[in-house]
Amino acid sequence: MALLTCENVTLGYDGKKIIESLSFTIEKGDYLCIVGENGSGKTTLMKAVLGLKSPVSGKISYGEGLKQSRIGYLPQQTIVQKDFPASVYEIILSGCQNRLGFRPFYGKAEKEIALRNIEKLGLTELKTRCYRELSGGQQQRVLLARALCAATSMILLDEPVTGLDPAVTAEFYGIINDLNKKDKMTVVMISHDVNVSLKYADKILHIGKELFFGTKDEYISSAVFSELNKGGESNG
Amino acid sequence: MADIINKLADSFQFDIVRYALIVGVLIALCSSLFGVTLVLKRFSFIGDGLSHVAFGAIAIATVLNITDNMPLVLFITVISAVLLLRTGQNAKIRGDAAIAMISVGSLAVGYLLMNVFSTSGNLSGDVCSTLFGSYSILTLTESKVWLCIALSSAVILIYVFFYNRIFSVTFDENFAKATGVRASLYNLLIAVIIAVIIVLAMNLVGSLLISALVIFPALSAMRVFKSFKSVTVCSAVLSVVCAVIGMLVSIAGGTPVGATIVAVDIVAFIIFSVIGLCLRRSR
Repeated sequence: MALLTCENVTLGYDGKKIIESLSFTIEKGDYLCIVGENGSGKTTLMKAVLGLKSPVSGKISYGEGLKQSRIGYLPQQTIVQKDFPASVYEIILSGCQNRLGFRPFYGKAEKEIALRNIEKLGLTELKTRCYRELSGGQQQRVLLARALCAATSMILLDEPVTGLDPAVTAEFYGIINDLNKKDKMTVVMISHDVNVSLKYADKILHIGKELFFGTKDEYISSAVFSELNKGGESNG
Repeated sequence: MADIINKLADSFQFDIVRYALIVGVLIALCSSLFGVTLVLKRFSFIGDGLSHVAFGAIAIATVLNITDNMPLVLFITVISAVLLLRTGQNAKIRGDAAIAMISVGSLAVGYLLMNVFSTSGNLSGDVCSTLFGSYSILTLTESKVWLCIALSSAVILIYVFFYNRIFSVTFDENFAKATGVRASLYNLLIAVIIAVIIVLAMNLVGSLLISALVIFPALSAMRVFKSFKSVTVCSAVLSVVCAVIGMLVSIAGGTPVGATIVAVDIVAFIIFSVIGLCLRRSR
């Protein structure tokens, strides 16, 4: 059984369909990139997977002991967060929320998980710093650490490198790649950069007028991909 | 100076002054706790809108000749809080427009009702004390004091108990929802509690000045402190200190309680802003 299965899922809002009968599966250890034009419904799909939005029709099911609330999520940053007075440690610890159950406060186990992820992402020295004083790249690493606290086997990243400079972007992709290869973390990433997707991902989900799901090699030889390159640079 | 101290010492012999201080401290504490969340969630104006609703509710209570108006006012304000939150999520009338509508509307209707139906000889005095609090804190009955104590203890307990969830929902609602926190439920909880705080705080500073009590301590603390916990603790302490200073000054100087407390809050905000600037410079 796959980690995540989407069967004939249709998504939309206000009675307008944006994705129709989409089917795909995610296996343990996959590195899947979701590509497609702006407004094609990538974030909506991610929200449906997380249970923030229910599909119009179709079914999303979880396997191999994966619970919906145990998917690590790295959302796009909101304006509220930009000047939020919270320490790095507080934010990362809040990723352990889904381990609390009905307990009101974090215990030793949660704090250890938070500290482990702080160390893993090289944030130890920033632990007591204020989130709003960090650089964009550091902020993304904090949010990634928070996602890892919540995750058991799968993380979802929504355009995680938006607004980062090239060096920081490369470093961030490196971190994610390590998580996938060394820690066997299943990675699902929305990206508008097809080249990067082809470099790291082993599976591609293309959303748009044409739907495509398959391995990277299948994608390169697919009609969707050649159509994309015909219409100018591959920046769709 | 000795005169002032004597005057304060004298006034402490009266029960009503002690009641006023207890209630003032509790209200200041409650309002500042949720102030941080309100400011960060960009909900500051919901507090303002609700305080006007409470004014309208008091007018209705006056018309109906209800002497113990607190339960009715509380009920109406809580309902409005829930409705405001709903419209905030509905895109048809934007949140801020809905709040503006409700707050101005209830202010007008409230004044109109009071004007048409009032049996009191001192109408403008009534209106003024409802809006600005004036001396109403010194007219608290013992039962009202107990109600204030019970409600504010409940608010503080709820805040402490749900602290981690409130943090999560405030910082990132989508992430909180994704990890199984029922964010809409907590938003509702926050709105209801804000309504309770506002009704409580009306006794202290009057309906027009409540927002100041909610927002100033939080904003001051945010100038200087860097973690959510320290901001919350600082704004609670600051709010209580300002309220006590304000009340003492107003007893000693005979100034209106609400306005004096808010003035002290403003001074504190300026001091904290300067400290914040200096800290940033020195780094």
